[in-house]
Amino acid sequence: MRCAVVVFPGSNCDRDAFHVLKNVFGLDCHYVFHGDTFPPNEFDLIVLPGGFSFGDYLRAGAIARFSPVMESVREAANRGKFVLGICNGFQILTESKLLPGALLRNKNLKFVCKDVHIKVVNNATPFTCLLERGQVLRMPIAHGEGRYFVSKDELKEDQIVFQYCDERGNVTEDSNPNGSFLNIAGMTNERGNVLGLMPHPERCCEEILGNTDGRKIFESLITYFVRRQEHEAN
Amino acid sequence: MRKMYRVRVQILPKEGVFDPQGQTVKGALEKLGFEKVKEVRLGKLIEIVLDAEDESQVKERTKAMCEKLLANPIIETYQLLDVEEVS
Repeated sequence: MRCAVVVFPGSNCDRDAFHVLKNVFGLDCHYVFHGDTFPPNEFDLIVLPGGFSFGDYLRAGAIARFSPVMESVREAANRGKFVLGICNGFQILTESKLLPGALLRNKNLKFVCKDVHIKVVNNATPFTCLLERGQVLRMPIAHGEGRYFVSKDELKEDQIVFQYCDERGNVTEDSNPNGSFLNIAGMTNERGNVLGLMPHPERCCEEILGNTDGRKIFESLITYFVRRQEHEAN
Repeated sequence: MRKMYRVRVQILPKEGVFDPQGQTVKGALEKLGFEKVKEVRLGKLIEIVLDAEDESQVKERTKAMCEKLLANPIIETYQLLDVEEVS
């Protein structure tokens, strides 16, 4: 699986994502600069990393969305390649309209940096195929603008992939760290090949960091990719 | 002859989108004794200076800027406040 990590001015989780893909999962991984473009079949997975692209000026992701690389990301997504937007990457995906909705200032106006629990609502995506429905994962979040908003007519329930919950998987107001609509922590597109989430799976893939729950997302993707290749070969 | 104009655009959170900044400011105003404040919403004011043929072209171009970049229609509304010729 050939992977790209896009680097915007102000990205700060690009190296973490690159490290995990390359050194933890042994994948062929490349950095792609925001001003560059690439052919649509070049990469099987494109990661839009966390950070503060273009200083989060105007709105988080609003300026990054017009980077030349985003045209390539859009074309790759249209061809069914996997696109994973983490934190600021999620914000860029909503601003690009590759995912519905928008991300607003946290309800309590604070930058929230802590571990949260999220529940798998939809395991029929390439990103969650090894997980059970209802399974609870622990992951770190670190954002000031993570309050997911979507109008009711724009929301299709099966596009919700993760919801903030308590340790036992109850979706409660207390377990919602930022005031997101329906506790939404992660969304996919209709086709299921684009995922945006506020928690950071790349920050919890190694035992030395005390948590390996993030591995399951990358392992799901790799498994899905290998199965699809085998299926296409037959 | 092209002229230079200054245009101001106001961007506000849409009705129905919770605005915690506005709520916080409202709370502060109430604490200071301004208890008749019913609502506060916080947005942005953007000032743009541009060259154009005339005022209608300024408006047209500013509207295009708002729709493409300056406002996100999912969560915000925009309004052109004023256009003024500058030298």
